[in-house]
Amino acid sequence: MNGVHDMGGMQGFGPIAAEANEPVFHERWEARALALTLAVGAWGRWTLDASRFARERIPAAEYLRMSYYEKWVTGLTTLLLEAGMVTRDEIAKGRSTPGAPKSTPPLKADRVAAALANGGPTERAVADEPRFSPSMTVRARNMHPLGHTRLPRYVRGRLGTIARRHGAHVFPDANAHGLGERPQHLYQVRFEAQELWGGSNNSAVYIDLWESYLEPG
Amino acid sequence: MPNSDHDHHHHHDGEGQDPPSDMTLRVKALESLLVEKGIVDPAALDAIIDTYEHKVGPRNGAHVVARAWSDPAFKARLLDDATAAIAELGYGGRQGEHMIVVENTPKVHNLVVCTLCSCYPWPVLGLPPVWYKSAPYRSRAVIDPKGVLAEFGLVLPDDVEIRVWDSTAEIRYLVLPERPAGTEALSEDALAELVTRDSMIGVARVRTPSP
Repeated sequence: MNGVHDMGGMQGFGPIAAEANEPVFHERWEARALALTLAVGAWGRWTLDASRFARERIPAAEYLRMSYYEKWVTGLTTLLLEAGMVTRDEIAKGRSTPGAPKSTPPLKADRVAAALANGGPTERAVADEPRFSPSMTVRARNMHPLGHTRLPRYVRGRLGTIARRHGAHVFPDANAHGLGERPQHLYQVRFEAQELWGGSNNSAVYIDLWESYLEPG
Repeated sequence: MPNSDHDHHHHHDGEGQDPPSDMTLRVKALESLLVEKGIVDPAALDAIIDTYEHKVGPRNGAHVVARAWSDPAFKARLLDDATAAIAELGYGGRQGEHMIVVENTPKVHNLVVCTLCSCYPWPVLGLPPVWYKSAPYRSRAVIDPKGVLAEFGLVLPDDVEIRVWDSTAEIRYLVLPERPAGTEALSEDALAELVTRDSMIGVARVRTPSP
């Protein structure tokens, strides 16, 4: 989706406001929002890619206005509703519908450390051989899917060079939409700044791109 | 650091606007609902928060960097297979499942960003600072890395190539900063004290300690 979340190369957002001695959370609700998102995620009712897409679907003006964790709360609420885990009425009241069944949380406190230590690796074994090899020239496809994608606008149509192969990884464009993992070969691709932005500054962008995002250059 | 105005408490996404005052109530209501329905265990929420407030943070990454500076064999393993080398020190897991370490040299400077969201190597750096997740950083790091670095007070010579790493997949990047001059006699622990979070994102260098 060509959303406002796809910010690479945009201008006009002003200076970077770094804060000295920044706390991990500025307010307690931010900590609760992060923890709720991770704990509900343990149900496995949606994927990390679906979580990202839920935040990307926040209307553009709202996305820009909201603080980071407000986006998380909004995305989590969307996912809970879509999965049928809560109702709009329950969200509005902050109370369970009388007589609604009570579940057992899958993530208990004594399992948190292990769950975080395990994480969710995305590398998968696939049968097919990688199409591209290091030092090959590739072009990022000029495509504009309406769903979730991790191919940013600023590299589409641009020429790059395969820097390394990462093996095959879960494909977010499918996995975000409940279409399964459909793993594909993943490549680190180097794009010269000149190719992306014109001019002649001495820099390059490295970006990780799935095989179906690429065509021979 | 630029714009380090302590008195303005919130720096959310560079928009300069505080969250609506009802966020505390909204999240409290959501948590009550999810606890009542048996969807989450409140003690598990506390354990998650405790992990990222007290256990997992940039000191982990500083340990990795200091070890790499002190132990050439570890550094070689780190650059070859960062996930495995970092696991040797006991760090890994969520948002660090697939790690790559990129090394700064006198001719190459590395900078990490996530233009699409907020991807960041949690096991070694903890949760990202607000500026890293903000529109100004996400938008400009790829098109104007020199300007971004200058805003952080880092001006590099023209012959230094800047490599920007945009974290679009589940690969997480950590910068191995250059070891500063005059630190030959320092222990690994003393070296780790010098390593800042910003130097491992790539918006700063590690400074030589003042005598």
